[in-house]
Amino acid sequence: MNFDFSDEAKELGEQARRLLAEKAGTGPARKAIAEGAPAMDAALWAEIAELGWTAARVPEEFGGLGLSVEEVAQLADAAGGSLAHVPLVSTLLATEALVLAGTPEQKAKWLPGIASGKTIACVAWNEPGAVSPGTVRAIENRGALTGVKQPVADLAVAHVAIVAASGADGPQLFIVDLKGADTAAVETIDLVRRHGRLTLAGTPAEALGNAGDYQDWLDRAAVILAYEAIGTAQAAMAMSVDYAKTRVAFGQKIGRYQSVKHKCADMYIKLELARAHALHGLAMIGMNGPELRQAAAAARVASLDALAFCAEENVQLHGGIGFTWESDCQFYYRRNRALVAALGPRSWWSERLVRALEQRNRAAA
Amino acid sequence: MDFNDTPQEAEYRAQVRAWLEDNAAEYREPAAESWKLPEFIARSKAWQAKKHAAGYTGITWPKMFGGQGLSPMHSIIYGQEESRFHVPQGLYSIGLGMCIPTVFTHGQPEVIQRYVPKALLGEEVWCQLFSEPAAGSDLAGIRTKAVKDGDEWVIDGQKVWTSFAHASDFGIVVTRTDPSKPKHKGLTMFIVNMKAPGVTVKGIKQMSGGSDFNEVFFDGVRVKDTHRLGEVGDGWKVALTTLMHERLAVGGKPRYAPGYDTLMKLARGVEAADGNPAIAASDVRQKIAQTYINDQGIKLTQMRALSALSKGQVPGPEQSISKVVVAKTMQDLASFALDLSGGDGFIAGADADPELAKLQGSYIGSAGLRIAGGTDEILRNIIAERVLGLPGDMRPDKDTPFNQAVPA
Repeated sequence: MNFDFSDEAKELGEQARRLLAEKAGTGPARKAIAEGAPAMDAALWAEIAELGWTAARVPEEFGGLGLSVEEVAQLADAAGGSLAHVPLVSTLLATEALVLAGTPEQKAKWLPGIASGKTIACVAWNEPGAVSPGTVRAIENRGALTGVKQPVADLAVAHVAIVAASGADGPQLFIVDLKGADTAAVETIDLVRRHGRLTLAGTPAEALGNAGDYQDWLDRAAVILAYEAIGTAQAAMAMSVDYAKTRVAFGQKIGRYQSVKHKCADMYIKLELARAHALHGLAMIGMNGPELRQAAAAARVASLDALAFCAEENVQLHGGIGFTWESDCQFYYRRNRALVAALGPRSWWSERLVRALEQRNRAAA
Repeated sequence: MDFNDTPQEAEYRAQVRAWLEDNAAEYREPAAESWKLPEFIARSKAWQAKKHAAGYTGITWPKMFGGQGLSPMHSIIYGQEESRFHVPQGLYSIGLGMCIPTVFTHGQPEVIQRYVPKALLGEEVWCQLFSEPAAGSDLAGIRTKAVKDGDEWVIDGQKVWTSFAHASDFGIVVTRTDPSKPKHKGLTMFIVNMKAPGVTVKGIKQMSGGSDFNEVFFDGVRVKDTHRLGEVGDGWKVALTTLMHERLAVGGKPRYAPGYDTLMKLARGVEAADGNPAIAASDVRQKIAQTYINDQGIKLTQMRALSALSKGQVPGPEQSISKVVVAKTMQDLASFALDLSGGDGFIAGADADPELAKLQGSYIGSAGLRIAGGTDEILRNIIAERVLGLPGDMRPDKDTPFNQAVPA
């Protein structure tokens, strides 16, 4: 049995965590929320591109490194933990869609630019009034899309968007070149990661795969985002644990109180459950396994459980100081909302999980 | 990644499987009725002897103690294959899982020679005498005393929650040999003959109606100094060896405990408040999802540990979450499912639906599982202190002589 990351993936993850610990984190995140701050850290992005992180998943024939989704997961985890102010996870999610469902022409057009870091990509499924990636109102008609997509992470800096819209067979993905597109900034709870509105009014778009590919991409995206959530939750937990080891009240470190330490233990428990399911998701992607749908949904739900709990209780464990603008607690608390908005809420993914289990049971019967 | 055996693992699995096919055929189906104690003991002994002759006992133990000297993976593979049969289980899990490893780690050579082979063969059954009425989670607070008398020790006191004491020949017992020392320092461990004069075993009837464990009274029980395990005053250190083995032994979801599949099946057959099948209700579906995430999450976490073992590495600390998740998930699921079943789920005994009876058993049993082998609270302490590095609880009596400590 080999239920673990490859050594190569672990090594890339270590490298990424090291670099981002130095160049990102809550300090740079705080700079990113200042009045007039840029929509991304361009110098860090250039370094990331130089290191080949955006090329990781791109096949070699398109200028990439042809690595596995395990490397992508490690990068998402590192990005999450460091709050890095770069469109890395957006680009990785879009890359996954292109690798999964793109025609050779589409891959040749977009992947080399992504690999070099010159092309930034984002994904746009969310819409006003939408509660999940299962319902999409934007429609495609003869190669043109109509509808409004918001909030879209990293839209302001992206060159291309992977857009979900209703095609002939239901929701599916399209590629929209953002050159000249109608975009605007949208304020969100997460002040670090910029989001935008993409207004589609007969905007030309190319189909990216079919309706089935959209569902398959959702599984892969859920697993990648689970790692971003795990990285973020881990950072919030570390902040709590550090504080509990140093803060003194009633004559002792607050970490000695069971009400405090048990909360930290619960953070760890939820994180480990999330890691187990996320790893299962990765294994199923790698093996093209039949349990991917249930594994991905479970990874999504478990990782959001962990993140919500760690982010919320981190503020609580810090007490009044945790509620101040100066405290770093708010970054994780706010990012929790961004990661829910990134692919829809736990309730929808729980339902998707149960449907997958029912399907499996029917198939076994 | 893959979920396959290595070639060596596959070879061992095939060998085990073939042996079980030939030797465990009578246990292919569950017993029609649960065995009474004498039959359970007789069957356990016969099965253990059969396994022993074939080299499937003490799989990970050193060869010098009669073991096979194989890796934890071999033991796990044997366990996985054996669990496909309904062989008698449990009589030896404490003795061979916890007591005897303590004996061969800390016992004197003659004592090891006398006791280990017979225990492994299954001829003699062992129990662990640690907890007391006033010392459960706070194990180091035990009061049973042992006083030196020539080359013997005299033991007086009371133990409790001792599983299988009523079926045991020997036990390992932690005693206080020096009450003038702080609580962790004055302890010593011994091997005790459960049939010796002065030992009285009284069964405890549990909330479930069953009776798996006992009170054990010691009244002037004499033990030879050769039967001491470890140095005088080192009992706490020795007990930790035993408990380390306990944490490996008490883990995953009990084999027949209902899981998310049970709830899915049940919810298809009952009506929710709105008159639709309960399986369509969103709270029911959320519960199915949450139960899957917890139970399957623990299975997958165990697979991460197996993966490390398979590569010859030491598993990470993630295993420590198993029991605390499993027991509470079991209780929540049983409670939710019985809610859903209304009055039918409340009717017990001969009139009960067999599926609902299983859930009732799980509802009651899980309350015990949340306490046995480390309470939910102690396990959270362990995660917080040993994994996350948080400071220990304040212990006002920690450095005070045991006989002078007053509650804070």
